[in-house]
Amino acid sequence: MADSVDVKKGLPANPEKATLEGKNKFLGMFVFLAGETTMFATFFGTYLGLRSGTASGPEPADLFQLPLVFIMTMILLTSSLTSVLATYAMKKNQFGKLKLWMWVTFLLGVTFLSLEIYEFVEYYEHGLGYTSSAFASSFYTLVGLHGAHVLFGLGWILLLLLRNRSRGITLYNAPKFYAFALYWHFIDLVWVFIFTVVYLMGIGG
Amino acid sequence: MVSEATNTRKKSVLWDWLTTVDHKKIAILYLIAGTLFFVKAGLMAVLFRIQLIAPEMEFISGQTFNELVTMHGTLMLFLAVTPLFFAFANYVLPLQIGARDVAFPFVNALGFWLFLSGGILLSISWFFGGAPDAGWTSYVPLASREFGGIGIDFYVLGLQISGFGTLISAINFIVTIINMRAPGMTMMRLPLFCWTMLITSMLIVFAFTPLAAGLLLLMLDRVFDAQFFIPGEGGNVVLWQHIFWIFGHPEVYILVMPAFGIISEVVPAFSKKRLFGYTSMVFAVLIIGFLSFMVWMHHMFTVGVGPIANSVFAIATMTIAVPTGIKVFNWLFTMWGGKLRFTTAMHFAASFVPTFVLGGVTGVMLAMAPVDHLYHDTYFVVAHFHYIIVGGIVLGLLAGLFYWYPKMFGHKLNETLGIIFFWVFYIGFHLTFFIQHILGLIGMPRRVYTFLEGQGMDTMNFISTIGAFMMSVAIIILVINIIYSALKAERVTEKDPWDARTLEWSTNTPIPEYNFAQTPQVRSLDPLFYEKIHGNGEMKPAEPLDDIHMPNGSILPFIMSIGMFIGGFGFISFHMDLFISPYVLIAIGGITFFGGMAARSLQNDYGYNIEKETVESMEKELS
Ligand code: HEM
Ligand SMILES: [Cu+2]
Repeated sequence: MADSVDVKKGLPANPEKATLEGKNKFLGMFVFLAGETTMFATFFGTYLGLRSGTASGPEPADLFQLPLVFIMTMILLTSSLTSVLATYAMKKNQFGKLKLWMWVTFLLGVTFLSLEIYEFVEYYEHGLGYTSSAFASSFYTLVGLHGAHVLFGLGWILLLLLRNRSRGITLYNAPKFYAFALYWHFIDLVWVFIFTVVYLMGIGG
Repeated sequence: MVSEATNTRKKSVLWDWLTTVDHKKIAILYLIAGTLFFVKAGLMAVLFRIQLIAPEMEFISGQTFNELVTMHGTLMLFLAVTPLFFAFANYVLPLQIGARDVAFPFVNALGFWLFLSGGILLSISWFFGGAPDAGWTSYVPLASREFGGIGIDFYVLGLQISGFGTLISAINFIVTIINMRAPGMTMMRLPLFCWTMLITSMLIVFAFTPLAAGLLLLMLDRVFDAQFFIPGEGGNVVLWQHIFWIFGHPEVYILVMPAFGIISEVVPAFSKKRLFGYTSMVFAVLIIGFLSFMVWMHHMFTVGVGPIANSVFAIATMTIAVPTGIKVFNWLFTMWGGKLRFTTAMHFAASFVPTFVLGGVTGVMLAMAPVDHLYHDTYFVVAHFHYIIVGGIVLGLLAGLFYWYPKMFGHKLNETLGIIFFWVFYIGFHLTFFIQHILGLIGMPRRVYTFLEGQGMDTMNFISTIGAFMMSVAIIILVINIIYSALKAERVTEKDPWDARTLEWSTNTPIPEYNFAQTPQVRSLDPLFYEKIHGNGEMKPAEPLDDIHMPNGSILPFIMSIGMFIGGFGFISFHMDLFISPYVLIAIGGITFFGGMAARSLQNDYGYNIEKETVESMEKELS
């Protein structure tokens, strides 16, 4: 039962990896993300293979608006930074700061997702329906799947924050916050690839 | 809080099995479910072999034939063999590394229930407009909305769900092996079965995820009219083949690796010698695992990917023969000069070697790209992969079954019946499949539901079907053996009935839920054997006797899997006339699954403790 004890006075330096359970969560998360990487790689491959299959529908260069996507990228990158600040706070046993930065991360994520929905609606109105062409299908699937990951992450963080709102940092919940942060960085990394492979290459040729 | 209640309350048996997170019980669940799917898929093979027993038979229709072949292959690969290996892995692996449990007991249970609900979803396709009929590879455009029936939707979602279960179980195994080994159990002292399960699990992580992506694309094409595989709208059909085989070739190794592991445990145990070339075995496994991702295009030689690609992939494929050869020689050298005991398990293990080699040789033949144009889609291919699959994988499974049975169920299987079973099965196997090499060479194509008279194929097809009957008889003998042994055979109370070498044989039989009262201290490769030679034959404890912490059971994995099942059915029902809208089903399924997930993260599951005194009295009772 040692895991459940609130160690207010002496939290170890790396509370997320101090217990076997924490170590397991950490490694498990890494392996899971390795799998996610191959899954996203497959979707990237599909997109690259099909992106010229526009079937006389709209093409990437007709649609993409770099300013919007750039703002979205900045927002998501910032949310990664705030989640790092949150883990820092966790290691220093500053519960208030941990919560604060996690909430900021959450809000940035929500903003990102709203912009993405706005973006999709915009493209749809310019004639890029999901079924218009192989390009359209692969674009919406790849980017939409990333969006779904963001949504899942938002639900996750919300649960964590609500559940632990008044508990302090323990050896039991530190690994949970940490696992979330890993996941969030991963989502961010995938977006950087999307930004490059889909948007920059889509506009640049 | 619900979760903090301890396990003292007596539960009904059914509830106990539905909520269990004990790796040993989950293993039994896998064993039962895998066996049922195995028998089902085997019966399907018998049915379509009857159709092929004579020229122009009209036993079943062409459509039914296609459905049976597809389901046979799909069930065997995804729902029979993998879960059977997972059964052994779940049971044996934590014991072999001296752990009390797996890393994520909850996830372990969830993995099983997801696998099962996916399998059931696939199986009920027969009642909702027909089973999948495009082969286990489901090539588009045969599997596209235009040509493929609704069964393909069941294929896609059934595999998606069960594959997700397989994936999370694999993650669990990886973390367990890396993080939870007993003190002294270094990676280079890890039993080979653990090594092969570790590599297998990694292959699953890297191969099932592309499959999941591919299945999602196919689902989107079929249900939501996406255009991935529709050439007219910019899509590409060969894309499916690439994605499928990037998964599909490693899948073969996902199946055969654990068999390698089992053979590498059984052969030393019954040769009374340590495994020859342990280190080279480990490296061979690593290399094979790596190479298995580099060769997928040998399944596409005839698609027209070009001479360069064909040559590269042909050479890469043949390279795998080198580490495989190392393994074969190591098994032979282990037996060489050993004190061999030909138990049933050893029969299966020893006969694995030649049949597997034969399958490997025909594999190298198929790897020659130009020649593959002759063999492609003939019975030669069917013969080749069944020599690997049955002559390798299934023999390995059966060796494992006879070997670990006493640990799992507290009694041995009858050896006489076991050896009769072996011979009937083994002869039946060669009758069925050896002759198919020749059938293929004289031009019998695979996946055709009948053939014409007077092409010189009548007798050989007849023999092949007789072989299939023999294998069925053999399985009946096995069932008789299981029942007979359960009723008759004496309980095995000793810990180590085979005089074996690894840690699982140092536990009490039956194994208490905490496995080891005290974590053992490992001092060598083959730790138990080492203690027999250098110690008093008992493992030394690595820690004082103390309270033992165990995880609580939970019904959530079961409920979440039902959610997945309903949601999956919802996606399929877009092309059905149901009284309920697909969206409602998807919503119910999604809420159940994610609700279960949320419930899990909101509850604090600290597990419960078994007091030191209880452990002491249980240990006394058992020994
Ligand atoms: C033990 C008795 C078995 C018999 C008699 C049997 C028979 C057959 C036959 C005759 C075919 C070829 C049908 C055709 O292409 O026209 C076939 C296909 C296949 N079998 Fe088996 N098989 C057996 C066991 C297994 C096992 C244990 C596995 C896998 C673990 C397996 C996996 C497959 C696969 C993947 C196919 C290809 C299905 C397809 O073309 O879509 N079989 N089987
Ligand atoms: Cu292959």
